Amino acid sequence: MSLLAVENVSKAFGGVLAIEGVSFDIEPGAVHSIIGPNGAGKTTLLNMLTGIYVPDAGSIRLDGRELRGEPTHRFAAAGIGRTFQNLQVFFNMSALQNVMTGRHLRERCSLFAAMLRTPALTRAEASCLEVARGLLRRVGLAEYEHAASDAMPYGALKRLEIARALAAEPQVLLLDEPAAGLNQTEAREINVLIKSLAAEGTTVILVEHNMKLVMDVSDHVLVLDHGRKLAEGTPAAIASNPLVIEAYLGVDDDPKTPAASPPEGISALLGRPGEGGAWHA
Amino acid sequence: MDSQWLQYVASGLTAGAIYALVALGFSIIYNASRAINFAQGEFVMIGGMSAVTLVGAGLPLWAAVPLAVLAAVAVGLLLEKIAIEPARKADTVTLIIITIGASLLLRGLAQLLWDKRVHSLPAFSGDKPLHFMGATVLPQSLWVLGGAGLAVAALSWFFGRTLFGKAMLATSYNPLAAQLVGISTRKVLFVSFGLAAGLGALGGVLIAPIAFTSYDSGIMLGLKGFAAAMLGGLGSFSGAVLGGLLLGLAEGLGAGFVSSAYKDAIAFVIILAVLFFMPGGLLGARRSDRV
Amino acid sequence: MSESPLTGTRRWAASPRGGGLLALAAVIALLPLVLGNNYFYEIAILVALNAIVCVGLNLLIGYAGQISLGHAGFFALGGYGSAILSGSYGWPSWLSMPASCAAVGVLAFVVGRPTLRLKGHYLAMATLGLGVIVSIVLSTEDRITGGPDGMSVPPLALFGWALHGEHTWYWIAGAALLLAVWLALNLIESPVGRALRALHGSEIAAETVGIASARYKLKVFVISAVFAAVAGAMTAHYAGFITPVKASFMHSVELVIMVVFGGMASVFGAVVGAAVLTTLPQLLTVLKDYEMMVFGAVLIATMVFFPQGIVPTMARWLARARR
Repeated sequence: MSLLAVENVSKAFGGVLAIEGVSFDIEPGAVHSIIGPNGAGKTTLLNMLTGIYVPDAGSIRLDGRELRGEPTHRFAAAGIGRTFQNLQVFFNMSALQNVMTGRHLRERCSLFAAMLRTPALTRAEASCLEVARGLLRRVGLAEYEHAASDAMPYGALKRLEIARALAAEPQVLLLDEPAAGLNQTEAREINVLIKSLAAEGTTVILVEHNMKLVMDVSDHVLVLDHGRKLAEGTPAAIASNPLVIEAYLGVDDDPKTPAASPPEGISALLGRPGEGGAWHA
Repeated sequence: MDSQWLQYVASGLTAGAIYALVALGFSIIYNASRAINFAQGEFVMIGGMSAVTLVGAGLPLWAAVPLAVLAAVAVGLLLEKIAIEPARKADTVTLIIITIGASLLLRGLAQLLWDKRVHSLPAFSGDKPLHFMGATVLPQSLWVLGGAGLAVAALSWFFGRTLFGKAMLATSYNPLAAQLVGISTRKVLFVSFGLAAGLGALGGVLIAPIAFTSYDSGIMLGLKGFAAAMLGGLGSFSGAVLGGLLLGLAEGLGAGFVSSAYKDAIAFVIILAVLFFMPGGLLGARRSDRV
Repeated sequence: MSESPLTGTRRWAASPRGGGLLALAAVIALLPLVLGNNYFYEIAILVALNAIVCVGLNLLIGYAGQISLGHAGFFALGGYGSAILSGSYGWPSWLSMPASCAAVGVLAFVVGRPTLRLKGHYLAMATLGLGVIVSIVLSTEDRITGGPDGMSVPPLALFGWALHGEHTWYWIAGAALLLAVWLALNLIESPVGRALRALHGSEIAAETVGIASARYKLKVFVISAVFAAVAGAMTAHYAGFITPVKASFMHSVELVIMVVFGGMASVFGAVVGAAVLTTLPQLLTVLKDYEMMVFGAVLIATMVFFPQGIVPTMARWLARARR
């Protein structure tokens, strides 16, 4: 049985059908990517997978348990964590405190214990601090251990969000454009981080525009277009899928034009190593 | 029994007309800035008290009334420049606190400029009550209803027919788009405060002969005007008018038939009911939060 | 490898939390040396009691990012509750006070659930409406509450001994303030405190790490209501009298001003705000007529120039100066 089973979900806003009849399965321990042109519905889908939007129809099952309709914090409690494309860092807290907050689900703390600061709580806080420190090191932010979050650079903040999401020990980690706004070096570092997370067994779902990153890191790719699933498969299969190429490049109607061999055509899109590509964000 | 009922309706509608004017002021400022102006009630007070001073200084009513309204408009514009504009970008809680500060400032100034006593204005056309279908109606009530009606008509002409009025409407629908077509949202906000102050002051002047006025008469009127605006749907002009009249009626009938001690509570119960069950109000749009 | 208790204690005293508590305790202990007659003791007691409300309100406004324009209602209900139980029903005050405050807590829980679903202006107006309704009811139900003129309150009594007099109450209020500050500081540095601050930082991100925002908003609302009720009950027994004015919109506004002025996310800021804004009007009675105007101007100026409040802004200046 797959870890996360999404079946036939749809979502409309007013008259606009953002997502229609999308189904897919997420296997544990793999890196799955969701790609698609702008407006394809990736963010809507991501928001449905984390409980921020409620699907109009369909089901979302984690470990067989139906989650559709639950409030956002229940999705989190079930084991789904996420980062945000537009940073939602707690800027009123330090970097460490951000990550410690991420451990909320693992810290059972009653109001009375909190206000009276029981010895048990003091011990729990100390260990929470250590775990948070470890997570900062894990995502490569060891130097920011004493930093205020509003003094950190953009690239570091993207990683801070990942550390915060990891703090809850999620079964599934959703990364919403983790490489957006990052330069080549930073994007490569995110690439390495995702691979190491996957190697540890974390299931990762990635929404990204950076094709180089996607193709390099994913085990499985899902392509959305106009709210529907266009194709899914391994990166290589997607790269040579004519429907995918058509969705991004359009169809050449002139019979005289020699058809570019798919890898060539897709390379133009995806970029050779070292380059960006047509829709690198 | 019939005439009593009519009596309550008459007095209720009179109060309701004032609430409508105050509510319009709230909606106009809300439309321009998404902010609630807690100082709205003070404009009502300034209108009434200024008129009292001007009449006391010897001016005839027909001169004192417009001058009093103008005085309030001037205060409203000044307030916008000093307190609101510097904090335009601030978050909701900050803006709320600033307008509360503005209301305190205005009331404190009023206390100094005038005094703490209750004042009244001579009725516009005499005190002799009119008898209408068994109910006793003060002529001032007709002034109130007429004056408020004229103001509403003028306002709808302004928003519907003049370029700047339409610009203000555009800003309320989509501030960014309005800016992109060259509408100065700062100017819109500025004018909004002036308009809201003028409307409030008009209400204050019209009601002063009946309900009297004092340095702190603005608080309750402001809060009730807000209740009316919420009832009709914050930001909706017809809603403000409808809400004002309905609130006035509810108060009049409630005080008459149920309990006059709890008359003031009616407005606040209405606020709560609207907020809990129908935040969009009767005529407002049902919003959904876009993430 | 744990450190010795002495080192641990020394480190605690050097931390902003421990150091602040010690400083506050020192001020409370040493202030009587400079306080002259009973009048100054009275001001000090009022400061302490206001500060208790403000510490609780600060948790709601500054840390959790909500707003309440009706907290005077909880204050007054705490006072009236204890007054009625001890005065009209003969309960001993050591029982009537906790009972009244617990009842206010329950009321805050019931009322808070629908109210806290609202945000921003709507929340402000709802809390305002609740507070005003409380004040109207207290004013109108004169058979129980004594009406607009208020009612008298028996003095606080412990083991049959009536506690009254400025000197006694100074120590009671001071101890209560220290306790309130200690509880608030503990709360902030706990997972619950972080959850509250997360709500303020980004409610949606807070939800995605599993924080049930509605539940936490309700918790902090109830806590702040109970703080207010305790202060209200103590004020009632101290003054020997209580009137519906204690529930007024103006009083709610004064409390918000103290919190905002002193500092949003700062427990000691709340104490400072209460201290400054309670003391000044008392000392400058010659300027009584200007009080409202000055309050209004202070509020505007603070929000425009120091939106974080006085204490955090000054703390930041100090930190910058030190570098």
